Amino acid sequence: MNLHEYQGRALFRAAGIPMPDGDVASTPSEAESIARRIGGTVVIKAQVHAGGRGKAGGVKLARTPAEAGVAAEKILGMVIKGLVVQRVLVVPAADIASEAYVGLIMDRATQRPVFMVSPAGGIDIEEVARKTPDRIRRVGVDPRYGLLPHQAMGLAFFLYREFTQARSAARIMEQLYQVFTANGCSLAEINPLVTTPDGRVVALDAKVSVDDNELDRRPDLALLRDESAEAPSEVQARRANLTFIKLEGNVGCVVNGAGLAMATMDLVKYYGGEPANFLDIGGSSNPDKVVSALRIITSDPNVKAILFNIFGGITRTDDVANGIKTALEQFPVKVPIVVRLTGTNEAEAVKILREIGMTALPDMDEAVQRVVAMVGGAA
Amino acid sequence: MSIFIGRDTRLVVQGITGRDGSFHSRQMLEYGTRVVAGVTPGKGGQRFEDRVPVFNTMVEAARDTGANASVIYVPPAGAAGAIFEAADAGLALVVCITEGVPVMDMTKVLPYVRERGARLIGPNCPGLITPGESKVGIIPGNICLPGRVGLVSRSGTLTYEVVNHLTRSGIGQSTCVGIGGDPLNGTSFIECLRAFQDDPATDVIVLLGEIGGMDEQNAAQFVRENVTKPVVGFIAGQTAPPGRRMGHAGAIISGSSGTAAEKIAAFEAAKIAVMKRPVDVVALVKARLQ
Repeated sequence: MNLHEYQGRALFRAAGIPMPDGDVASTPSEAESIARRIGGTVVIKAQVHAGGRGKAGGVKLARTPAEAGVAAEKILGMVIKGLVVQRVLVVPAADIASEAYVGLIMDRATQRPVFMVSPAGGIDIEEVARKTPDRIRRVGVDPRYGLLPHQAMGLAFFLYREFTQARSAARIMEQLYQVFTANGCSLAEINPLVTTPDGRVVALDAKVSVDDNELDRRPDLALLRDESAEAPSEVQARRANLTFIKLEGNVGCVVNGAGLAMATMDLVKYYGGEPANFLDIGGSSNPDKVVSALRIITSDPNVKAILFNIFGGITRTDDVANGIKTALEQFPVKVPIVVRLTGTNEAEAVKILREIGMTALPDMDEAVQRVVAMVGGAA
Repeated sequence: MSIFIGRDTRLVVQGITGRDGSFHSRQMLEYGTRVVAGVTPGKGGQRFEDRVPVFNTMVEAARDTGANASVIYVPPAGAAGAIFEAADAGLALVVCITEGVPVMDMTKVLPYVRERGARLIGPNCPGLITPGESKVGIIPGNICLPGRVGLVSRSGTLTYEVVNHLTRSGIGQSTCVGIGGDPLNGTSFIECLRAFQDDPATDVIVLLGEIGGMDEQNAAQFVRENVTKPVVGFIAGQTAPPGRRMGHAGAIISGSSGTAAEKIAAFEAAKIAVMKRPVDVVALVKARLQ
């Protein structure tokens, strides 16, 4: 789960990381009053889960509170990469002497948190890694001992030659590590970490992602989820305990298991169609999940046909068939449904479907070809 | 022969009295797995299905039954604790089925398990099966057939789909291993490839990967340098959008890395025969079996 910058800032500030004062606003007048309180020139920043906010016009300077209100008015409601801006962050414009990058990620290869720092801050770190890899230093942290003092100092001296600044940066890295481990993060990033003309080291941005698996034991973090930043269908799916991702195609897919769900989408594409979604109904399926799945998929006007692909292991295929039956009784499904199912309780499932005039195909390729033909794709 | 499990596997089920644990324990017993003990704290002294003794702790279970492997069906909050306990009980193999284990927990579990010389498979995995001998986890036994194809995968039902194609074509398997869909897991593709390469009962290896991370690319590199047996591969997620977690916590394209195209290219460079569809496994494996 990605946090907004203002939410990440709150975690950083609570850990003691120096960041300029600032606050979040959801109306122009709120932005104006925050700007008045801060005084001087402020920056208005769109709070959306998308990179390249600056380029999209989502970051503006304002010299007066009135200008801040005008800037906020322009940014609020703006659409950046398909996301409507609901909030802006108002922070003082900082005088910047230098910009660095400090990131902490959960590294899959070494299976531990890894710091990545670069004196080339403020820009896309992937780009730095590609073009000037020697400008990046990486240090892995053993989670049993935490970030060791010499590791923090080593990273800090890679950014700053000046001792006072290096010591400040080392402290910030220790604080960032605390934020990371205390909140089960998969990413915690400061880009840029700046020095001011009077020599202080300050974090100007906060990018935080939390491991979704933490949220069950951390209701306080789960509350930070911004459902307005998600497709309504995805919110509805999560509440029904389904994993659903909306895509642009017209073949709705209902599958059990993530790997098979991806392979099913790929096969739709292989036979010339386009999947409308990723949807995993999970392992121990009950009929209600299938009903929810159909409700969500049929609410997408792009969907022209629906494909079920169920390989029953723990999932009982008769549960799925019952779910389809119940859904059809509860609400109209105006698009054709193609069902492939095999495995646990297949005979019962076939019987249930036959009673409602549906046939079940045992083969995945055949089912996909059939559904693609229905939507007019090449099959 | 086979890898990781076989006739001599003596299994403890952690969480044997739970909903999932009891269901799958019955299935494993039915398949012929030697389930020698169960552990549920507070239920020590009971018997599961009138035959399997239940213990309060793993140390007791291992000591009294000579168990050498465990399988974990406990909720996410207790999964890390269960793995620590299994490693401390001296078991050689620990299979964690649980989905949703916090990654931060795994950063502590993984070095602990390795230092004690145990092998962890998972978490968030379907387990493994050596057809005709032993199944540990949740892979349906009826879709498998004893034979000479080794299979390793990051997913569950996609594995079933592919195994089912093989079995229906009369092609059996030596061992099928699901290593799990999480970003940090106990056993990598490489460790499975090495074991299959060394296993005299395996002639062809099938590797089912997906988007996210570098595991498949590293596996391809390993195949190029160390594997002489033919390898057939698949990558799921060619139509997955970047930046979205596709069900599995590990199945996410971050920035420009971890894409299906990148992984398929790595497979091709390592002369791994790439399946375009799950069903292609049959023709590609057949052509490589003597």
